[in-house]
Amino acid sequence: MSGSYYVPETSKWPALGSAAVGLMMIGMGVVLVHGVGSLVLGLGTVAVLAVMWFWFRDVVIESRQGLYDAQMDRSFRWGMGWFIFSEVMFFAAFFGTLYYVRVFALPWLDGEGAKGIATLLWPDFTASWPLMNPPDSSISGPRDIVSPWQLPLVNTLFLVASSITLTVSHEALKEGLRATARNWLIVTLALGACFLVVQGVEYYEAYTHYGITLDAGIYGSTFFLLTGFHGFHVTVGVVTLAVMLGRILKGHFSRDDHFAFEAGAWYWHFVDVVWIGLFLFVYVF
Amino acid sequence: MAPKLPPQHTLEQSSATTTAGQAQEHDHHHGGPTGIKRWLLTTNHKEIGTLYLLFSLSMFFIGGIFALVVRAELFQPGLQLVEPEFFNQMTTMHGLIMVFGAVMPAFVGLANWMIPLQVGAPDMALPRLNNFSFWLLPVAFGLLLSTLFMPGGAPNFGWTFYAPLSTDYGPPSTTFFIFSLHIAGISSILGAINIIATILNMRAPGMRMMDMPLFVWTWLITAFLLIAVMPVLAGVITMMLMDINFGTSFFDAGGGGDPVLFQHLFWFFGHPEVYIMILPAFGIVSAIVPAFARKPLFGYASMVYATASIAILSFLVWVHHMFVVGLPLAAELFFMYTTMLIAVPTGVKVFNWVTTLFRGSITFETPMLFALAFIVMFTIGGFSGLMLAIVPADFQYHDTYFVVAHFHYVLVPGAVFAIIAGAYYWLPKWTGHYPDERLGRWHFWLSVIGVNLTFFPMHFSGLAGMPRRIPDYALQFADFNMVSSIGGFIFGVSQLLFIAVLIKCVRGGEKAPAKAWDGAEDLEWTVPSPAPLHTFETPPDLTSQAPQRH
Ligand SMILES: [Cu+2]
Repeated sequence: MSGSYYVPETSKWPALGSAAVGLMMIGMGVVLVHGVGSLVLGLGTVAVLAVMWFWFRDVVIESRQGLYDAQMDRSFRWGMGWFIFSEVMFFAAFFGTLYYVRVFALPWLDGEGAKGIATLLWPDFTASWPLMNPPDSSISGPRDIVSPWQLPLVNTLFLVASSITLTVSHEALKEGLRATARNWLIVTLALGACFLVVQGVEYYEAYTHYGITLDAGIYGSTFFLLTGFHGFHVTVGVVTLAVMLGRILKGHFSRDDHFAFEAGAWYWHFVDVVWIGLFLFVYVF
Repeated sequence: MAPKLPPQHTLEQSSATTTAGQAQEHDHHHGGPTGIKRWLLTTNHKEIGTLYLLFSLSMFFIGGIFALVVRAELFQPGLQLVEPEFFNQMTTMHGLIMVFGAVMPAFVGLANWMIPLQVGAPDMALPRLNNFSFWLLPVAFGLLLSTLFMPGGAPNFGWTFYAPLSTDYGPPSTTFFIFSLHIAGISSILGAINIIATILNMRAPGMRMMDMPLFVWTWLITAFLLIAVMPVLAGVITMMLMDINFGTSFFDAGGGGDPVLFQHLFWFFGHPEVYIMILPAFGIVSAIVPAFARKPLFGYASMVYATASIAILSFLVWVHHMFVVGLPLAAELFFMYTTMLIAVPTGVKVFNWVTTLFRGSITFETPMLFALAFIVMFTIGGFSGLMLAIVPADFQYHDTYFVVAHFHYVLVPGAVFAIIAGAYYWLPKWTGHYPDERLGRWHFWLSVIGVNLTFFPMHFSGLAGMPRRIPDYALQFADFNMVSSIGGFIFGVSQLLFIAVLIKCVRGGEKAPAKAWDGAEDLEWTVPSPAPLHTFETPPDLTSQAPQRH
C-alpha cells in the first residue's frame, strides 16, 4: 500500500449521511402533507448536521496530519468550484423566473403581444411591477413595498463591507498575521450576523406592515423565493466562517495551507454577488 | 483545452500514517469491513460502480414492469386491466424510474468503474463523496416508490410533471415525489462534481486531454451538463413545492405567475437531460466500434468537438418541447433552427462511426452487435427528432405516439443498448470471464426484435393521431397497439436473458486475459482481468508513449 496517490480510508459518515437526509426529507414531507411528524423532521435535521460535523471533523483531522498532498488539494478546489457553479445555476433559475414574469408573463396577461388572448381571462387586469393587484381578485397583493433605500441598502453595505473585510483577513492569513486574520474574520462574521438580523426585521415588516406575504401573488412569491434562499445561503456562509474562526483560534491553517478558509471565502463572495443581483432586480428596478 | 501538466506527486504517503485519530481505525483496504458493511462504507470506485450498476439494473426491471402494465392495458382498446388513475401512475412512474433511476445511475456506474481505469487513476478524486452520492439513490427511489402506497396514489401527471396538473391537481404524494427528486438531484450533482475532478485532476502523467478515451471525454461534458441543469430542476421543483404547500403563485396565472414558466424551467433542464442520457452512450460506442473493427476511431478530435457542440447547443433548444403552448413566432423559428442545427454534430458522430467501420476487419461479438444496433436505431430516433423539430409538423405530432416512438428510439436502442453494449464489453474486465456469446446473441436478437416491434408501430399510430398517456384508444389503432404490446413483452422478457448472462459471467466462463478484445487499446486493458480491487496505485507514466490518437 505505498502508492503515490492518497486514497482516503473508508468512512461511515457518507452512508449515515444519506440515511439522515432521508429521515429529514421524510420528516419534512410528513409535516407538510399530514401536519404531524415534526419530531422526525427535527431528528433528521439534527442527524444531518451531526453527520456534517463528524465528516468534516475527520477531514480536518486528516488534513492536520498532513495526509493530503497537492493533488488532493486540487481535487478539493475543483470540487468546491463546481459546487459553487451548481449554486449559481440554482439561483439562475430563480432570477430567470423573476425576469420571465416581469418581461413576458405579466404583459401577456395584460393583452400584449400577438397571442393576446390571455387578456380574455381577466379583462380588467393591468400589468405593473411590483404587482400590487394580481389578476384573480381572491388573491390580495401587497399593500406596499420595501423601499430599497432603507434596510436593503444597509444590508448591501453590510455584505459588500464583509467581502472586503474577509479579503483582508485572507490576505493577513497568507502573510502569517494570524491575529489580524482572526480580528478581520470576527468583523466579517459580525457583518454577516447584522445582515441576517436586518433581513429578519425586514421580513417582519414585510409581513405585518406591507402585506408582502408568500400568498400575495407573484410579487410576494418571487420576493421570498429569492431573498429567502439567499438568506439561507448567508446563514450557511456565516456558520462556515464561524467554523473557520474556531479553527484559527485552535491554531489551524498555515500561510500556504488553508484551503478550507479559502473555500469558505469563495462561498461568501458568491453569496455577496447574488445579493448584488437581488438588490438590483428585486428591490431597485 | 490546453494540455494539463502531469500531476505532481508526493511519495511519502503510506497508509500506515493514516490510522491515528480516525474513526475507522482498522478499516484498511485489506481486511476491511465485510458483509453489508463493506458495501455501505466502501470508498472504492469499483465497488461503488458495481453498486450503481446493480441499483440501475433493479430499477430497470421495476420501471420495466410498470411499462408492461401500460402495454398490457393497451393491448386492446377499451379499459381492461387497470383503472385510468392507476394507468397514469404507471406511465409517470415508468418515466421517472427509467430516467432518474435506471439510465442515469447506469452511466454513473460505468463512469465509476471505467474512468479511473481509463485515465490511470487509483480511484475517484473524492471517494467518500462518491459513496454518499450512491447511497442517496436507494433513499430517493425508496421514497419515490413508496408513493405508490400513499393515499391518493403515486404521481400521476406524467414524468414531466407539468404545473398546474402536478401542483393544483396532483395527489398528496406529490410533496414526497418532490423530495425524492431533490435527493436524486443532489446525488447527481455530487457524482458529476466527482467525475469532473477525477478527469481534470487524476489523469496519469503524460495523458493530455486530447489523449483521453472518448468515454472519458463524453462523461466530462456530461458532468458539466449535470452540474449546470440539475440545480435548475431543483429550483423548479422547489417552486412547485411552494405553490403546493405555501400558497405562492409561480405557476398560477391568477396570482400573476404563469404555467408556461414551469415548462420553460423544466425543459431548460429537460433538454440537456436527454444529452446527459446519450453523450456517455456515444462514448461507449466510440470505444466498442474501433475495438471490433480493429481500426483506430476515425476523427477523434472531431468527435470531441462534436460532443462539445452538442452540449452547448443543448442549452439553446428547450422550447422545441413547447411549440404548441402558444409562443411568439420568433421564438418558434429560433428554436426550430437551433434544434435542427444539432443534427450537424450528431451527423459528424454517425459519420465517424461508419467510417471507422469502413474497411475494418470486423467481428460481431455481442458488444459489437449492440453497438451497431445502437448506430442504426439511434439514427432512426435522430431522424424522427428532426421531424419533430419542424414547427408546423410538430403541431401535428405533438403529444402523440410519434413522440413516444421518437424518444424511446433514442433511449432504448439508444442509451439502454449502449449501456448493455458497455456491460458486455467490460464484463471480462469486471469478472475475469467472457460473457456467454450464445446467450448474448439470443439476448441481442430478441431485444432488437422486441424493441422494433414495440416502438416502430408507434410512429404510425402517432402519425394517425393517437394521443399519448391515455389508457383507451380509438379502434383504428388496435392493430398497431397489439403489435407494440407483443413487442414490449418480448423485449421485457428477453432482458431476463441478460440477468442469466450476468450471473453466468460472474460465476465462471471462458477466462479473459488482460486485453480481452484484441482491438481494444485503452488503458483499462493493461490491468489484469478481473481488475484487482486497487489499480494504478502508482500512476502509469505515459509521457514516453507516442500520442495515442493523432
Ligand atoms: Cu429536447
